[in-house]
Amino acid sequence: MTILTFTLILLLGAYLAGLAGSLTGLGGGVVIIPLLTLFFHVDIRYAIGAALVASIATSSGSASAYVKEGITNIRLGMFLEIATTAGAVMGAILAIYTPVNIVAILFGVTLIFSAAMTLRKKHEGALAEGSKLSYVLKLNSSYPTKDGVVDYKLKNIGGGFSIMALAGMLSGLLGIGSGALKVLAMDSAMRVPFRVSTTTSNFMVGVTAAASAVVYLQRGYIDPGIAFPVIIGVLAGAFTGSKLLMKIDVKWLKIIFSFAITAIALNMIYNGFNHKF
Amino acid sequence: MNHNKDTKRVTDYDMQQLIGQVLRYGVLISGLVAIIGGIWYLFQQGSGLPDYSTFHGEGEGYTSLTGIFKGLGDGSAKEIIQLGVVILIATPIIRIVFSLVAFGLERDKLYVLITLIVLSIILFSTFGGLSI
Repeated sequence: MTILTFTLILLLGAYLAGLAGSLTGLGGGVVIIPLLTLFFHVDIRYAIGAALVASIATSSGSASAYVKEGITNIRLGMFLEIATTAGAVMGAILAIYTPVNIVAILFGVTLIFSAAMTLRKKHEGALAEGSKLSYVLKLNSSYPTKDGVVDYKLKNIGGGFSIMALAGMLSGLLGIGSGALKVLAMDSAMRVPFRVSTTTSNFMVGVTAAASAVVYLQRGYIDPGIAFPVIIGVLAGAFTGSKLLMKIDVKWLKIIFSFAITAIALNMIYNGFNHKF
Repeated sequence: MNHNKDTKRVTDYDMQQLIGQVLRYGVLISGLVAIIGGIWYLFQQGSGLPDYSTFHGEGEGYTSLTGIFKGLGDGSAKEIIQLGVVILIATPIIRIVFSLVAFGLERDKLYVLITLIVLSIILFSTFGGLSI
């Protein structure tokens, strides 16, 4: 396989990753890692670097549209970014000392758990009464839907913040956006409406990934030959995804979301046990 | 109608538009730079064989800003792509700086503080010598 063939296949894979990432809030990184390691036999460290770049591209590419439409809760994102960026820096430090296959297994188990949680619970309805902290931090907001503007209020801010710190740490450790855990923290703990949590998660992934990407760039994880088809493919995919999201039902989104994270989880556990990382 | 509330709402809307623009242009510029570098890279090395099964790590020119700028001076394709990567990584960070200004204009002290904390964490990560 020449560099040209490698680039073209990776471009296609990155396009699909960007599409799935922006539709589900997972980020583009999760598909990039198995694609690079399993299919191309690329060293996991290059895959992590590429996944981080993909996560930033998906996030920024699709967030630009959602932010303008007023769906993203910027204050909520900003507040939770304290947890995710601090976690991401911790994760990038831990990455030096941790056997990645053990983390991969743990992470896979967590993802399967969250997939089950997502399928079981449905939080379409917005809360009418929020917790005290949600008022202090001005986190309650509203978002546009087909039936007009819907107000929502939040609860369990501390719980959501803690899960976000963990999401940030896994993001820094494995190079993925941890969008699944971010949505879980907002959907299950804080009761953010699904569409708001998906778009706000997307919005946060960029900053979280950037916090650890600055470290990984200096460590040589980000290789230009892999990075450029990944950036272009993921951007094109994210653009298509953000156009599609407005037309797709949330019910379908949830099914795609759960299916995707379960597949990824099994993949990570399998590779963790086989010391492929 | 409360006049203050009205102006505040307009400012929040303005911030959404501004952040949207920052993200859009950052991503567009980085994508463009990456495409230019990428085509140049394929033109130079497209028929070669990819070698990513072993990790080479630091020491390459594209792992530091000075190295990237030096490579740009030599017209090296890899460093052009890496400049696109740096612009991409910088985009969400610039978004935070713009949010900081916007919260400042809204006189939202709590969120100026929150934004400053996030910015400090990222700057610490960038310059804190974490690349042990």
